[in-house]
Amino acid sequence: MTFSIPEFPLPDGRGRYGRYGGRYVPETLIPALDELETAYRAAKNDPTFLTELERLFKEFVGRPSTLYLAERLTQHAGGAKIYLKREDQNFTGAHKINNCLAQALLARRMGKKKVIAETGAGQHGVATATAAALLGLECVVYMGEEDMRRQALNVFRMQLLGAQVRPVTSGTGTLKDATNEAIRDWVTNVRDTFYILGSVVGPHPYPAMVRDFQSVIGVETQAQMLEHEGRALPDAVVACVGGGSNAIGIFAPFAYLPQEQRPRLIGVEAAGKGVETGLHAAAIAGGRVGVLHGSLMYLMNDDEGQIVPPHSISAGLDYPGIGPEHCYYADSGLAEYVPVTDAQALEAFQLLTRLEGLIPAIESAHAVYHAVELARSMRHDQVIVVNLSGRGDKDVAEVMRLLELERQGGAQEFTPGPARREEVFA
Amino acid sequence: MSATSTPSDTAPSNTAPGTTAPSSTTNRGVQRIRAAFERAEAAGRAAFMPCMTAGYPSAATFPQVADDLLTHADLMEVCIPYSDPLGDGPTMQQASEQALAGGTSTRRSLQLVKELRQRHDTPIALMTYVNPIYAVGPREFMRLAADAGVDGLILPDLPPDQDLEIADLAAEYGLAVTFLIAPTSTPERVKLVAEACTGFVYAVSVVGVTGAREGSALGEVPAMLAQAKQYSRVPVAVGFGVKDAATAHSVAQVADGVVVASAFVDALRRGQEVGPLADEIWAGCQR
Repeated sequence: MTFSIPEFPLPDGRGRYGRYGGRYVPETLIPALDELETAYRAAKNDPTFLTELERLFKEFVGRPSTLYLAERLTQHAGGAKIYLKREDQNFTGAHKINNCLAQALLARRMGKKKVIAETGAGQHGVATATAAALLGLECVVYMGEEDMRRQALNVFRMQLLGAQVRPVTSGTGTLKDATNEAIRDWVTNVRDTFYILGSVVGPHPYPAMVRDFQSVIGVETQAQMLEHEGRALPDAVVACVGGGSNAIGIFAPFAYLPQEQRPRLIGVEAAGKGVETGLHAAAIAGGRVGVLHGSLMYLMNDDEGQIVPPHSISAGLDYPGIGPEHCYYADSGLAEYVPVTDAQALEAFQLLTRLEGLIPAIESAHAVYHAVELARSMRHDQVIVVNLSGRGDKDVAEVMRLLELERQGGAQEFTPGPARREEVFA
Repeated sequence: MSATSTPSDTAPSNTAPGTTAPSSTTNRGVQRIRAAFERAEAAGRAAFMPCMTAGYPSAATFPQVADDLLTHADLMEVCIPYSDPLGDGPTMQQASEQALAGGTSTRRSLQLVKELRQRHDTPIALMTYVNPIYAVGPREFMRLAADAGVDGLILPDLPPDQDLEIADLAAEYGLAVTFLIAPTSTPERVKLVAEACTGFVYAVSVVGVTGAREGSALGEVPAMLAQAKQYSRVPVAVGFGVKDAATAHSVAQVADGVVVASAFVDALRRGQEVGPLADEIWAGCQR
């Protein structure tokens, strides 16, 4: 058995990454989080669990995903070589399935019969419903009403898989509110329910557990770099960040290396219409420290602590906070975080599609945009790895609509948001 | 990176507990809350503790609602409306949304309490999620709360071991703190929470979020209370699910105080005044 989950130096014993993280939740959940932490610790060192996870990763997900040299994109940028870590090749179309399968396996091991989840764009919901179907678990997914209308196909997919999708109308009716509802369900049904959280956010041990399950991305990247380039370490690694699970998955195996070995790690935040406009989802570039969903982190909230609704072309990045480990990386300089706008992501979406025949998730397109910019400033013998976190099938209809608007000269309407959604779906 | 404020402005560090000793100012809130429970006890009843969201139904009508509740209250709880109240059920959440839409936020809530304080001497505790405290700044928040005449804080998403500075800062400003225990709490957790409370212990009667429910509110309460009382130096109040005189009466037999929130919001939503319901529930608190 070769498969193992790496040990990372953080979080500390209290679930903190520096000052970030923790467990800011109703007391009702604390014993459940303790139970989860204990069960997870045992599982991650149990050969039976790891063997089963390895088998599912290989035979069900299709891992390892390949590391692909994007030659035409590299040529276009005219600098460093750009490799794509192809998480879009995973079954269900994104990195989300890694974490969902692993958590569902843990749920079954803990004797839980029911799993719940929250979803924004629907990718985490579909992945959770898939894992639940595979392992014979009852599944309930909370999804904002607006997101349900935008992602009707994913809603139907979840229902086909046997999941119950519950619409969330409270608050802004989007991902953060779906997360609130999932936590409320968990507070109420904590004794027999397992909450499959979709990103490196939430109360400890979720950020650590989700990172560990996604770290397979970075571990594979090192081995594949060795095959392709004869060295395990690229010069830069670029990934998009909403909550930040795909980014942590590829960053963490590099982040704690000594400084002289560590590649530049660059997280790309969704800048929406521009950080300066306030219409964005860039928690580090445009937020301040606060608490949401059980964790202290960079967060979009006003000076009286009310959460500011985020805004991004990508429902998957449309989250007002960013995982606590990213906050620690940002403060300590282990990683850099840069903003990329809706328009830039849309440009990269088309660029990658035309040059490489790969339609990326609009989330991943944010990372592609920055990687191309970065490559231009680097030497030909240097290497950038971009985490292509998901495929873009789910975004094609929305992109078609936006490009049509652009052609009609409606560039000022070029941004998503509740107002526009109502206008479209009324 | 260009965060708009430095971390140290907004939230405490993760280092050792604050070393600030309570200043020479008295534990005003602690003493006032204790006295309120003692008066109720002497009168042969559990303390009646109505709760209302600041600025609900509107900033203009909230003072009258609060006046009605304060008529009988031994201790009034005022919730600061919050955009993401994940410990609350639909009733209290909608109250928050409506209050926020009407312009009542953290500082305005404190102002509303300050105005109540000019007419009433009843102890007032603020129920607030932790993010508004961090956003205003913990010290500034305590200063504003003390200045408004607040006696205590109830912190639904802050287990006491998460932040060791909040309680110290509250003490420095003469404010009592209340954390929550739940039916799922282990004996170790009950001990930890009960020992950290300086106002009263808030025992959540059900595994779940706030909201009036069908059936008895008692459930697992007696066993939990017995544990809490073993460790606590302060009274133990029960909340979540108390909706009428009957449920209040059953809780009053085992608890030092009875918290009622959603039932009053529900009444207002039905267009009723809260006064008559407060009268009934107050009577139900008799032992």
